[in-house]
Amino acid sequence: MITQATQERFAREVAKYPPEQKQSAVMACLAIVQQEQGYITQAAEAEIAEYLDMPEIAVREVTTFYNMYNQQPVGKYKLAVCTNLPCQLRRGQEALHHLEAKLGIKMGETTPDGMFTLQQCECLGACADAPVMLVNDRNMCSFMEDDKLDQLVDGLRAAEGRA
Amino acid sequence: MTNASQVLEQFLATGNQTCFHDRHIEPQIYAGLNGSNWGLKDYEARGGYAALRKILGQDGGEGLTQDQVIATVKESALRGRGGAGFPTGLKWSFMPRQFPGQKYLVCNSDEGEPGTCKDRDILMYNPHIVIEGMAIAAYAMGISVGYNYIHGEIFQVYERFEAALEEARAAGYLGDGILGSGFSFQLHAHHGFGAYICGEETALLESLEGKKGQPRFKPPFPASFGLYGKPTTINNTETFAAVPWIIRNGGQAYLECGKPNNGGTKIYSVSGDVERPGNYEVPMGTPFPKLLELAGGVRKGRQLKAVIPGGSSSPVLPAHIMMECTMDYDSIAKAGSMLGSGAVIVMDDSRDMVESLLRLSYFYMHESCGQCTPCREGTGWMWRVIDRILHESGRDGDLDLLNSLADNIQGRTICALGDAAAMPVRAMIKHFRPEFETLIRQASREGSPSAGA
Ligand SMILES: NC(=O)C1=CN([C@@H]2O[C@H](COP(=O)(O)OP(=O)(O)OC[C@H]3O[C@@H](n4cnc5c(N)ncnc54)[C@H](O)[C@@H]3O)[C@@H](O)[C@H]2O)C=CC1
Ligand SMILES: Cc1cc2nc3c(=O)[nH]c(=O)nc-3n(C[C@H](O)[C@H](O)[C@H](O)COP(=O)(O)O)c2cc1C
Ligand code: SF4
Ligand code: FES
Repeated sequence: MITQATQERFAREVAKYPPEQKQSAVMACLAIVQQEQGYITQAAEAEIAEYLDMPEIAVREVTTFYNMYNQQPVGKYKLAVCTNLPCQLRRGQEALHHLEAKLGIKMGETTPDGMFTLQQCECLGACADAPVMLVNDRNMCSFMEDDKLDQLVDGLRAAEGRA
Repeated sequence: MTNASQVLEQFLATGNQTCFHDRHIEPQIYAGLNGSNWGLKDYEARGGYAALRKILGQDGGEGLTQDQVIATVKESALRGRGGAGFPTGLKWSFMPRQFPGQKYLVCNSDEGEPGTCKDRDILMYNPHIVIEGMAIAAYAMGISVGYNYIHGEIFQVYERFEAALEEARAAGYLGDGILGSGFSFQLHAHHGFGAYICGEETALLESLEGKKGQPRFKPPFPASFGLYGKPTTINNTETFAAVPWIIRNGGQAYLECGKPNNGGTKIYSVSGDVERPGNYEVPMGTPFPKLLELAGGVRKGRQLKAVIPGGSSSPVLPAHIMMECTMDYDSIAKAGSMLGSGAVIVMDDSRDMVESLLRLSYFYMHESCGQCTPCREGTGWMWRVIDRILHESGRDGDLDLLNSLADNIQGRTICALGDAAAMPVRAMIKHFRPEFETLIRQASREGSPSAGA
């Protein structure tokens, strides 16, 4: 269900575009829903379609085209590690492998407690900070050597009372 | 107890390594930044918004006409910093100024070319310079609405830019009747959400319209058919950021700090095997060895092997050619590559070129939007062939096969992503052929089982 508060966030986005071009706000609305609900359900797509006055299939096309929309539930923390060439040259792959070992999962998987999902991703636009990782779409973490990766995972576990 | 956002905040980039160092040369865009002085008052204290005041005649002078602004930008020889190096003043002059309907101005901040992170530091630490540059451009072309499309992965930068927009509106630099003049300009931020192709200008426009980001055929160029089908001018973040300096100091001064046909300073993102990866703003035409030195040189104990001089889409150059180049459009083009987005990826003598190429070819396969058959099929095919070469099951004709695949993609697609996928393959084979051949020979010696191509 899209609440009043969420609709207010939607309205702020819609206001940026000409009145007959509300559809332009679809990416922002989907990102807002993902932030609030963790992933994009078909029900949410339908509600956004109605809100923006566009066909549901057109919303679906957007959800499936862009890499960052979660089409299934993910862990509480989605960790996306860049392994593209500039990062690969500075321990990007190693960072991914370190997290695989630390979390006991392979890339693409979620830990059994539902805390972490681990992904490999393409260039985050932060290449000089490699290794870099994006947490829950909105938090860029830079210079993530192994000790910092440990700090991050342990810190998040502690914050969730699961140390 | 620390909560989750406090945990994550500890790892946020500070900009100290990449931007606030004293190893820029005569910086214009990054000058005087420290991470906490991104706001409006500090920007004004650095001379910010003086150029906008100047053209609007709000500083006691006469003001500049639209033609004068465009002429100044032409004189500066500013070329598009997004990769293609198209002359900015010329692009602005294409905009039909008397067009009766709505026209749009768009900033391309979808920086996703592997190796590039310069626009991020501009927007994070000096966002008002982009706002001012866009306002000047809007004035020159008679545009009243603009958008800045920001790479979805740098969400904190998007939030920073929105905060700067609020400040600029409150101070009267954006909105209706800017600084009491008759000029109005509304500017908004839009974010992507993970699709490299949206950096291509027409894919970006589709995305901004709320669709999947699939490139359109060009021509028509955005100048005649752009956002919502209306005339639109698109420039890169760094291109707009260069404009206030040009208006304040004159086109000639900008040209003089670069070299002929290559005006001004340029920001290079140096990544890979150097001691100090980061962004370096230096005059156009700076010798490559100097840039390398600024970045701390090649990793300790290692020799330079190769450089990809303009982002992953540009052809690789071996060390001996690169060391002779100066960093500007013309010199790098003459050497057989492109200055592109200015992302300098440095590789030392420990690097395996086949492995490096494999990662890049995976990227292009992953990011192809799928519209054109040569790109959709060809990128995957190239990846599979390079993969089998690396894993020692390559076959005798594989290098010819790769070259012919590249031939069949290049120039036959809607957008330049196809070329971007093909050119690196060809260049890697041209300059580092023995590395590929050694692996293929090992494969045939071992009589490896053949993988399907
Ligand atoms: N910054 C980054 O992250 C990336 C940059 N690139 C760069 O992008 C470049 C390719 O970009 P494209 O936009 O395909 O290049 P392009 O050559 O088609 O266009 C360059 C600019 O000039 C304009 N233009 C060109 N001819 C025109 C005409 N006759 N009338 C009106 N406008 C005209 C275009 O609209 C565009 O804005 C590559 O060289 C590559 O280096 C590629 C990937 C990522
Ligand atoms: C696949 C692809 C990706 C691109 N990505 C970007 C980008 O991230 N940022 C950018 O400014 N230009 C990018 N470009 C170039 C744009 O299409 C366009 O030329 C540029 O934004 C024009 O601005 P400029 O003249 O100021 O350089 C890309 C081009 C291609 C083919
Ligand atoms: S060249 Fe590739 S990315 Fe570009 S339009 Fe064609 S399929 Fe899409
Ligand atoms: S290559 Fe990893 S952030 Fe750019």
